[in-house]
Amino acid sequence: MLRTRTLGIAITALALVIAACQGAAETAAPTAAAGGETTIGFAISSFDNDFFVTLSDGAEAAADDAGVELIVSDAGGDAATQASQVEDFITQEVDVIMLNPVDSDAIVASVEAANAAGIPVITVDRGASGGEVVSHIASDNVAGGTQAGEFLFEQIGGEGTVLELEGVAGTSAARDRGAGFQEALDAATGIERLAKQTANFARDEGLTVAQNLLQANPDADGLFAHNDDMALGAVEAAAAAGRDDLVIVGFDAAPDALEAIKDGTMAGTIAQQPDLMGQLAVETAVKVANGEEVEASIPVEITLVTADNVDDFMN
Amino acid sequence: MSPEPGEPTADRATEALRRRVSATARSVVAQTGPLLGLLVLGAAVSILTDRFLSFSNLANVGQQIAVISIVALGATYVIIAGGIDLSVGSVVALSSVVFALAFSNAGLAWPIAVLAALATGIVVGVVNGLFVTLGRLPAFIATLATLSMARGLALVMSEGRPISGFPDDFRTITSGRIVGDVPFSIGLTIVLFLLGGLALRHTVFGRAVYAVGGSEEVARLSGIRIVRLKVAIYALAGFCAAVGGLVLTSRLNSAQPVAGQGLELDVIAAVVIGGASLSGGQGTAFGTLLGALIIGVLRNGLNLLNVSSFWQQVAVGAVIAAAVMTDTLRRRRR
Repeated sequence: MLRTRTLGIAITALALVIAACQGAAETAAPTAAAGGETTIGFAISSFDNDFFVTLSDGAEAAADDAGVELIVSDAGGDAATQASQVEDFITQEVDVIMLNPVDSDAIVASVEAANAAGIPVITVDRGASGGEVVSHIASDNVAGGTQAGEFLFEQIGGEGTVLELEGVAGTSAARDRGAGFQEALDAATGIERLAKQTANFARDEGLTVAQNLLQANPDADGLFAHNDDMALGAVEAAAAAGRDDLVIVGFDAAPDALEAIKDGTMAGTIAQQPDLMGQLAVETAVKVANGEEVEASIPVEITLVTADNVDDFMN
Repeated sequence: MSPEPGEPTADRATEALRRRVSATARSVVAQTGPLLGLLVLGAAVSILTDRFLSFSNLANVGQQIAVISIVALGATYVIIAGGIDLSVGSVVALSSVVFALAFSNAGLAWPIAVLAALATGIVVGVVNGLFVTLGRLPAFIATLATLSMARGLALVMSEGRPISGFPDDFRTITSGRIVGDVPFSIGLTIVLFLLGGLALRHTVFGRAVYAVGGSEEVARLSGIRIVRLKVAIYALAGFCAAVGGLVLTSRLNSAQPVAGQGLELDVIAAVVIGGASLSGGQGTAFGTLLGALIIGVLRNGLNLLNVSSFWQQVAVGAVIAAAVMTDTLRRRRR
């Protein structure tokens, strides 16, 4: 009995502390302007990742240009925090909510709450599994796959044979990047894909599978991997097989891959443009607030990183 | 017609000899399931593609299964003792990250960093052992907990980023060659299996592992100190996982906090394909090596044949089921 009470007190105290912390965070956020000005709430998953910091910077800049107010919240990677931040946006009666969900499933309740309050929702980078979303803004993985393919084909001299390392079977990234690469392949003449195998986005599997594929196809000229980790695994496999001349293109512009491009072991990778993503998100949100029609899915252009421009991406 | 005095003794000697021979034969027969499976699989793949049976490809397969077999060696002890260790994939990642940080951030010499990584594996193993014995947690739950904790720690310590770039000496573990151009990592795997296999069969410790897996109560009554034994077994599994982590790090020239995800399932599959029983008391180190080879040859073959990645998963599952089923059916017939 005593124990239950102590536990109860402890939990209550803990809840109060948490509430106090959140209260402090809330007061920091300005309340929505009462005037005619458009206010957009932008719930970001986590500032721990540079990608999202840049995303937010792009959004802020676009909001300044458009003369709208942007309230940004950082959930620190916690879905529960994000849910209460979205509640705050609803209470503040913002005009549009832009969501970069911590968790696509957990955010559904928040999307539905916004729907019920009549506030339109836009998702950025990551989607929501349910609820009504006006527009989803994310990198164009299909275009990225095509661009990677075109660059790879050009690097091997316009004709020859290539290998493909696929991501986790069934994921949207693997599907879209693969589809884009297929488009480039269909459009090219004189290029043959000898093999297409999954290495599950992992570096060790990239090494193993690339090693096996090079065994089966020792004359392959190039290799496209659906992400940089697999591409870096392929770099090791190529080196071990004495195939330093194998042209390798990855995807994601991960720090290790940028190093590899600088060293010349990888030919290129595909970088997302989070600043452009943030800008497009705000521009779309302003259109929505003005009652204009917007596309349900807005792809954000990606960019090719090669030895020529790799320095711009390294910091 | 009384028998000559020497005869019974001679009979006894022959009987003993026959028993010993039949025991050896039995243990050889016990391996025929996986061995036969490996031969059939190898034959099938080499008929389908002429790229399979080449020295360089077989050397590749050997290198590719080095990590899973070394980790599976430790798991063999755990499974024979009637336990299970789900944490090994995370321990591979954690020990790899510890090595990388000790070398790159703390600036320690790489052999010292290797010791730090091995110690990490042993510590996680000891924690597993204490959870299972003193904490009285089922092994499945205890190691599921450490799976999560070790993975989390690997991510925290590395801040989620891969750590790359190690000295050539360290990379020799995998890039180096021993006699006949055989990769060093294959030699390391064979030596570890010889040691591990001999210890399992011929030492008091090894026999105690079988005893506790056969019946813990009987083992306890016959004077085996269960707590100490189990902690040692899990520590050994952690040590093997750490060795696996180091081999992986050397092979990739990079420590990946997300490495080894799902490795525990491959490892358990290798041990079970190799003839061990998940209910304990049965299994051999050699069988496990064959199990790992079957998995390695299968993956290699599917890659060489360019089988669609969707069908690959079906094929891997089918082979695991077929391998274990033939083994159990064969046992039942005898």
